[in-house]
Amino acid sequence: MKKILLLFFVTLSGLVFMGRLVYLQIFNDELKLKSELNAVKTVFDYPERGFIYDRNGELMVANQTAYDVMVVPRELQVFDTLELCGLLQMEKKDLIKQIDKAKNWSWRKPSVVMPQLTQLEYAPLQEKLRKFPGFYTQRRSLRKYLVDHSAGVLGYIREVNQGVIDVDDSYEMGDLIGKSGIEAQYEKELRGKKGVKRFLRDNYGRPIASYENGKFDTIPEAGANLTITLDSKLQKYGQQLMQNKHGGIVAIQPATGEILSLISAPFYDPSITMGRERSKNINALIRDTITRPTYNRALQAEYAPGSPFKVLNALIGLQEGAVTTEDRFYCNHGYNYGGRKKLGCHSHSSPLSMERGIAESCNAYFAQVYRKIIEGKRNSHVGMDVWSDHVKSFGLGGFLGIDLPVGRPGRVPDSDYYDKVYPSGNWYATTTISNSIGQGEIVSTPIQLANMTAAIANRGYFYTPHILKEKDGVGIKDEKLTTKRYTTIDARHFEPIVEGMNQVYKTGTAASVQIPGIEVCGKTGTAENFAKINGVTTQLTDHSVFIAFAPKDNPQIAIAVFIENGYWGSRYAAKIASLMIEKHLKGKITRTDLEDWVLNHTLEEEYIKPFSGKPFPINGPPVPVDGPKVTIDHSFIENTY
Amino acid sequence: MLHNAIGDKPKFDVSIILIYLALALIGWVAIYSAAPVEMHGSIFDLDEVYGKQFLWIILSIALIILIFAIEIKFFERFSGVIYVVSLVSLVGLYFFGKQISGATSWYAIGSMSLQPSEFAKFATALALAKYLSQLDVSVKDVKHFLIVGGIVLLPALLILPQPDPGSAIVYLAFFFPLYREGLSVWFLLLAFIGLGIFIGALLLGAWWISLISLVLIGIIFLLSRKRYKKRRGTKPQVSWFITALIACVALAFATNFIFDNIFEERHRNRINIVLGRLADSQGVEYNIIQSEIAIGSGGLVGKGLLKGTQTQGGFVPEQHTDFIFSAIGEEFGLMGAGTVVILFMLLIYRLVIMAERQRNQFARIYGYAVAGIIFIHFFINVGMVMGLLPTVGIPLPFMSYGGSGLWGFTILLFIFVKLDAHRMSYQH
Repeated sequence: MKKILLLFFVTLSGLVFMGRLVYLQIFNDELKLKSELNAVKTVFDYPERGFIYDRNGELMVANQTAYDVMVVPRELQVFDTLELCGLLQMEKKDLIKQIDKAKNWSWRKPSVVMPQLTQLEYAPLQEKLRKFPGFYTQRRSLRKYLVDHSAGVLGYIREVNQGVIDVDDSYEMGDLIGKSGIEAQYEKELRGKKGVKRFLRDNYGRPIASYENGKFDTIPEAGANLTITLDSKLQKYGQQLMQNKHGGIVAIQPATGEILSLISAPFYDPSITMGRERSKNINALIRDTITRPTYNRALQAEYAPGSPFKVLNALIGLQEGAVTTEDRFYCNHGYNYGGRKKLGCHSHSSPLSMERGIAESCNAYFAQVYRKIIEGKRNSHVGMDVWSDHVKSFGLGGFLGIDLPVGRPGRVPDSDYYDKVYPSGNWYATTTISNSIGQGEIVSTPIQLANMTAAIANRGYFYTPHILKEKDGVGIKDEKLTTKRYTTIDARHFEPIVEGMNQVYKTGTAASVQIPGIEVCGKTGTAENFAKINGVTTQLTDHSVFIAFAPKDNPQIAIAVFIENGYWGSRYAAKIASLMIEKHLKGKITRTDLEDWVLNHTLEEEYIKPFSGKPFPINGPPVPVDGPKVTIDHSFIENTY
Repeated sequence: MLHNAIGDKPKFDVSIILIYLALALIGWVAIYSAAPVEMHGSIFDLDEVYGKQFLWIILSIALIILIFAIEIKFFERFSGVIYVVSLVSLVGLYFFGKQISGATSWYAIGSMSLQPSEFAKFATALALAKYLSQLDVSVKDVKHFLIVGGIVLLPALLILPQPDPGSAIVYLAFFFPLYREGLSVWFLLLAFIGLGIFIGALLLGAWWISLISLVLIGIIFLLSRKRYKKRRGTKPQVSWFITALIACVALAFATNFIFDNIFEERHRNRINIVLGRLADSQGVEYNIIQSEIAIGSGGLVGKGLLKGTQTQGGFVPEQHTDFIFSAIGEEFGLMGAGTVVILFMLLIYRLVIMAERQRNQFARIYGYAVAGIIFIHFFINVGMVMGLLPTVGIPLPFMSYGGSGLWGFTILLFIFVKLDAHRMSYQH
């Protein structure tokens, strides 16, 4: 025993060590994997993100270099906190907070201390940073916006989140991804393809050799440059006109479906989504639940279309043979239907034919046309479905299929819809008479109205509105965007309607906004709307709506303008539409007094009314604002009828 | 007595010398690979650690020749002087020592550093052998045992506060020669029981350990009573068992106090990691993880010299010193690392066999001390590098970088080779 104790221990530990070696070296694959992770550094070579040009070749979005200040807590040494704070223009407590955060995340991995310094902020830092071991800067490519408008269309980019990384392994932590607008829609094209270089690295992350002689390395592919259909100048101008107003403008080139202008107000400068203030700015935008600047009204807001919708009823009436252009209908300051119920109308001569009915926007005329359409069929169910199908063929009541990530379908009722509302099945043309003037159960988005206008301008067809024009100089080939979509109305029925819309401009409700030398066809609208204020349904000032296309022959632009609480159609929407048309067709504005009027009028006081907490008059003067806090149900505002 | 005077021809043990050279050369090549340098130049480049190690090896061979040339009785006669000089050199550190990585364990001589604790081992072994080999001295005698304990513990206590707990722990190795010379195995058993209670109390808590102690001691008590009733043993005294139980319970409850107050934070962390009570907290576990990765990624035959990604990337801290085994594991795989383990086993087996064949007690005690010291170093170092034991900073004999270490082990080993060579003539 005395002689073998040490021998026993040596044998035992030798066997244990051999066993451990076999386990570690032969059976433990995890350690081999960890060794790869440790020693093989994958460096991505980021391609430049594609530029975005407007339809005239004006550069709207490019790239700029920015620098993130990073820290590796483990490499930190005692340093002059005040000097570094001065260089970073950062409060000491914020710096300490950031470093603590970094320590919590990892002692060895780099964390961002101060994101997205500009070239200018980086320059003084660059010289001094070597005095601060543990800190270094990381070059990043960011967006540079050469325009201060169109933020809602362009969208923005941000760091990819874990959810995306989990499903798409081509993204790594820290990569950038398009978050909204064109940046999100065309992420794949704009992004390009990352190049990969693999190095063997040392303990400090320094590359020491190429891995497997570069066998797995790839070269980056640059992102595609996109030319979009927007006219940057028109966008800028439209945004100026929309100052102090809420609403949307959509202008489409009828011959192609290209979106010339897409403006949602209120708006913001796209540049605020970049730089060190970015998260503060984006949070502020998202948290603004009163004016909601991130809500794209041109694409997402579902409003009652109002009177512009009347022209569709005229077209359906002709197509179904329910009326002729010469049929005249009486108007007795409105139209009595079903006993004492009356659809009111304003003063004008009577009776009216179709052309004048459109020009005067006579409610009684369209109520009777609508009744003839619905009641001309076997029963109101059949009539309603025929009517509904015609309306839907104009791109209403369903997603248009545009190439932008947000949108709303709007609503066009049919017999199923009314059967649900009236389970007895006892509903008739008179029950749904509001549809005749675009006030009933119908809601649509501004882009749907603009598309409907383009279909009228084209006399019966449209192309799906779209934002992409060319990719790397090559025109789009997507059949969904380049195929004509015909409406269910024969081309021959459009001429009288176009005449009527032309009369609106010449002698009708929009006669005040004529453009010298341009034949415009348009239709005004004044849409009633309601909101639930502290739970009480309250009527608000009417929306101002206008649709138009011009010139009358060979139309170049179809436009829909929607101004929330803009009193009546010709007060705001028609003026703005006519200025946009003139800007697009002439390139300059001749009616500067009209322009000044729009620029100098604000609707801000109107938007405060529901929040004032006090009773307020509608379609009239503003009220004081110092009332109690009010909650507004926005979903209800959007779905006004 | 000069061996030449009686015509005795020394027989040097060739196998030990070959194993020694093999370990030193493998270590040197591994140091070349693991050295923290940008570019690997010539392995003889004296500006780098591997060139220096080559120099230390050459000087070690000179030392060996010197030891072989010294008169055989010198070591026994001067063991007291060597021991005292060694103690003085350890005390001197408190006045003239140079601090390197937090420990005052070095003398600075020009650009070089000398670590006296590496030389204190063979000095203590010599002193212990000298004292115990006296005819009237027995380790079983309490007074003599206390003197033996003093000889062993004095250098350990001087080294401990440097602080260099690793080098102090090595003095546990002297249990082996003492045990061989008659020390009761109870010391070992008590140490294991104590360690078991300590670790158990950390893992399970004092109450569970007290309960387990009660049950186990109760069973042993009942068994011995049964034995006694069958008239086969001595009568079990209840008081012994109660004393044992109280001792166990007391240690269990004292554990947390000892752990929290005697140990330092970093030592507690290292122990907690091995016990699985602590995950990686701010990189405490880093060395071990990196070391395991390096060894584990080596596979059967390794990645090849200078081709180990972990070794070349410098991921394992202190790889050319305490963690040299991990470089061998990565670049030479199971074949290389296994060879090293087997070489150490053979070395220690051979040392024990050689110690047993000594005719005089001095040489035998010294031989066991050498085997014990090399074993403890091997056991703690390799166990640590493979993540089986807490991190203790001690070198792998003959292989880790460092002149003091290599020379210390060379002297330690070759004094015994010299004694063994003269075993036929070397009598008291």
